[in-house]
Order: sequence, then structure tokens, then C-alpha cells
Amino acid sequence: MEDFLGENIKTQEYFLNMGPQHPATHGVLRLLLKLDGEIVHNVDMDLGYIHRSIEKMCERDTYKQIVHLTDRLDYLSAHINNEAVCLLVEDALNIEVSDRIKVIRTIMSELTRLSSHALWWGVMGMDIGALTTFMYAFRERELINDIFEETCGARLTMNYNVIGGVRYDLHENFVKRVKALLAQLKQKLPEYDKLLTGNVIFRKRLEGIGYISKEDAIAYGLNGPTARGSGVSCDIRKIHPYSAYDRVDFEESIFTEGDSYARYKVRIKEMWQSVHIIEQLIDKIPEGEFRHKTKALIKLPPGDYLQRVETARGDFGVYVHSDGKKSPYRMKFRSPGFANLAALNKMAKGLKIADIVAILSTIDIVVPDIDR
Amino acid sequence: MSYFSDIIQGTKSLLTGMRITGNYFFKNFLTRKDVITQQYPDNKDTLKMFDRFRGEVTLAHNENNEHRCDACTTCEKTCPNGSLEVIWDKYKDPETGRNKRVLVKHIYHLEMCTMCGLCIEVCPTNALEWGQDFHHASYDRGQLTKVLNKPGSKVVAGLKG
Repeated sequence: MEDFLGENIKTQEYFLNMGPQHPATHGVLRLLLKLDGEIVHNVDMDLGYIHRSIEKMCERDTYKQIVHLTDRLDYLSAHINNEAVCLLVEDALNIEVSDRIKVIRTIMSELTRLSSHALWWGVMGMDIGALTTFMYAFRERELINDIFEETCGARLTMNYNVIGGVRYDLHENFVKRVKALLAQLKQKLPEYDKLLTGNVIFRKRLEGIGYISKEDAIAYGLNGPTARGSGVSCDIRKIHPYSAYDRVDFEESIFTEGDSYARYKVRIKEMWQSVHIIEQLIDKIPEGEFRHKTKALIKLPPGDYLQRVETARGDFGVYVHSDGKKSPYRMKFRSPGFANLAALNKMAKGLKIADIVAILSTIDIVVPDIDR
Repeated sequence: MSYFSDIIQGTKSLLTGMRITGNYFFKNFLTRKDVITQQYPDNKDTLKMFDRFRGEVTLAHNENNEHRCDACTTCEKTCPNGSLEVIWDKYKDPETGRNKRVLVKHIYHLEMCTMCGLCIEVCPTNALEWGQDFHHASYDRGQLTKVLNKPGSKVVAGLKG
């Protein structure tokens, strides 16, 4: 009888599949967990369940057709992905776009970031176990979606950027709607803090969980809010300003603790910064052309091109090797989620299964972006 | 001592959150002021989409059942997914004696369309337009393949393409 309680009892490691159809993996991602009881010893990421060969499809399409494919990478930052391709082609062809286009693109990008972070905040609460936040975040997100639907014509895959400008001019209600949104956000964002940020259960689930040091963050190539939670300064909007980011005043949100709670705080602060950026631009949208005429068939001069932008998840890069034909010889997307997911093993080792759900939520992965 | 202060602080933070949710609950229970949910299938008749909403690609017809498509197939060539198929026929123009194209069927594969809008942009005669209908769900893939030109429709007279 002693043996059942004494030290002679041994535990053994076993494997558990988390996903590919698991609600907490935010898409079709399969995690192979090596467990001892509930303690995680190793995490293997298995990708490829939603591979659509978008990079290969780009080699078939012309540059104008490529733009709409990038909507389907990181669908929560669809507008910013479009912008990356458009900026790359405009840079390569030396097309100087008007100030109006730059300002419209910047406002739309920040609205996209707000909508993405609002969704993240709602889902974050839901992953931890608080269903209410989901409904509250979608209230604000619905306003942003309405703005997109009225001006761009779609709610998620906007495809609003075209090479040489934007597809339509701003709708007449745009400024009015954005101002109403900003007023509501200023009122509701403190409510977000009261609901989750100060909540003792929520903080116990995040503080000290999923720690990654600054050195490790750099070594793993983390980027975006995930790296800024570890104190790495990596905001592309600051390092390589594009569109109208060089003329607005904003603060890069950096926290140095390196745990899940720091990454949470980074995104909350980024929402405030996005509100601040839009406020500076919304009253002075310059007059001018909203779309420049381009050739019907665009051909890039032979060479290599790279464009980096800051999406809601981090450093999104588009690389093109052109041989002078109508479609690129090779197109490569550098997705922020891929590098961030790679550090999951480092973050989750020695923690419990429920903590993996919290960490996945704070690194904010979008699986179609990782798999492409 | 910290055991008790933890309990007090924890309870306080929970009550802060519950004050917000409780506030919304009772306010909306009585006045329904902040309720933004739409009762979707019930408001189907009154639901109006925005003008620019991209629901589907349509071929515009005027009141005489005439469209503006001269079967130049630019849309078919531009579509990245092969969602459009233009089937045309040749006929001899009696006035000039030259061969011209006439549209037989403008086939639209909605199941392949990504609503990128390139076909509408490139159309030289502005024949294609966005439709606002979004009720596309169906049990069978075949129902999503549509013929855009209405039966018996003709080209607008004097169309320059």
C-alpha cells in the first residue's frame, strides 16, 4: 500500500495533440505537446494545414493582381499588407504619390491596427475565460468595420490600396464617422482597463508567464508588440517611416518585463497611440489626387526590391526579385507571426497547458499569415 | 497579513469589473439604449448596404433590357482567378460590312470570385457594376455559377468600344 503513495511511483512523459481544430490556436495550427502530467516539457509547432501557395501564385499574376492576394495573408491587417506591395512597386517605378494619398493610407492603417487590437483584446479575454470582453470589443470594432465598408466597400478584405493611390476617394461621412469613433474609444478604453487590466485573476494568469529576455527576443527574431514587450525597439514606423508617419508625433510603446502581461500592456498602449495618430491627421487631410494614373501593364526594372511595414503583428516584409517581366520572378513575404510563433517553445517550457493558451493569445498569431 | 489584504484587493478588482457589466446590464434592460445588435434575418427587408459594398459582380441592364458589353473579353483576361467567362459570336455588320463580336453568354463563377474589382475597373464600356446582394449561401456549388446577361437582352445601340 505504501508503494502507491511513496517514491516508487514514477510518472512518464506523454504526447498530446493540441489542434489542428482547436479554438484556442486561432486557426488551423497543430501543437504537439510533450507533457509530464500538466507540465509542458516541449512544444512542437506543425504548420501547413492552411497553406495556399500565395507566394507561388504571385509569380503567375501581374503586379496589379498581386495586391488582392495580400489581403488573405494577415487578414486582420489586410490594409497594411496591401500598402506594402503598393509602396514597393511605387518605389521601384519612382512614382511620387500625393500628400492626400499618404494621409489616407496612414489613417486607414491606424484604423486597421485599432480594429485588429480590439479583436485581440476581446479574444484575449475569451482565451483566459472571460466571455464578456469579446462582446465589448466587438462593439467598437463594428464602428471601424462600418467605416471600412462605407469607404472601401468591404469589411475585412478591403483591397483599398491600388498601385498609385487608393481605389476610391474618401466617403463624405468618413471624417464624421472617424471622429465619432475616436470619441467613443476615448470613453471606452479606460473601461477596458477596469475590466481586464486591473482584474486580479487576469493578472495572475499573465504576470511572469511566458517570459522571454531581451537577448532571446533578438536571437529569435521576434518583432512587433511581442518583441516590444521584452524591451526591443523595433517599430518600423519609427525606424523606416513610410507614408505619413514621419509627420506625426507618437510614442513607441515599449515595456521591459518580457512576460505576457508586458505584451498585453504594449498593445493597450498602441491602441492609445493609434487614437493619437488619427487625431493629428483627421482634421487636416490635404486636397489633391487620390489616385495617379499608371500604365495598364506594370513591369518592374530587373533587380531586387524590399519594403517593410509595421502591421498590427509586427514587421511585415515584401521582397521581390524582378527579371523585367510582367510578374515577379520570386516574391517572398516575411510574416511577423512566423518568427513570433517560433519562440513559443522557449516561452512555454515548464509551464502548464492553460498557460500555452495565454501565451498564444499574447503573441497574437494569425495562422494564414504564418502558413501563406 | 498579506493573505487578507490580497483577498480584499482581489474582491475590489472584481467588483470594479462587475460594476461595469452590471451597469450595462441594468441600463440596457430598462432602456435598450446601448443595444447595437441587429436582429438580422428579421430585418432582411429593411437592411440597406452601403453604396460601395462589394457583394457580387453584375452586368448592368437598362429598362429596355439592354447591356453595354461588346464582348471584348478584357475582364476575362484581367481576372486573377478565372471567375469570368465571355462566350461570343461573330456577325457581319450590315452597315459597314465588318466582322463584329456579339455577346452570347457572360458566365460568372461566384464561387471563385475574390471581389478584387479589377474586372469592373478595366471594363472599357463600363458594362460591369457592383451588386449589393450578399445572400449567396447555397447547398450546391453549381448554383453559384451565374449567367450575367439576362435572357433576350441586347447591346445598347451605338456603343463605342
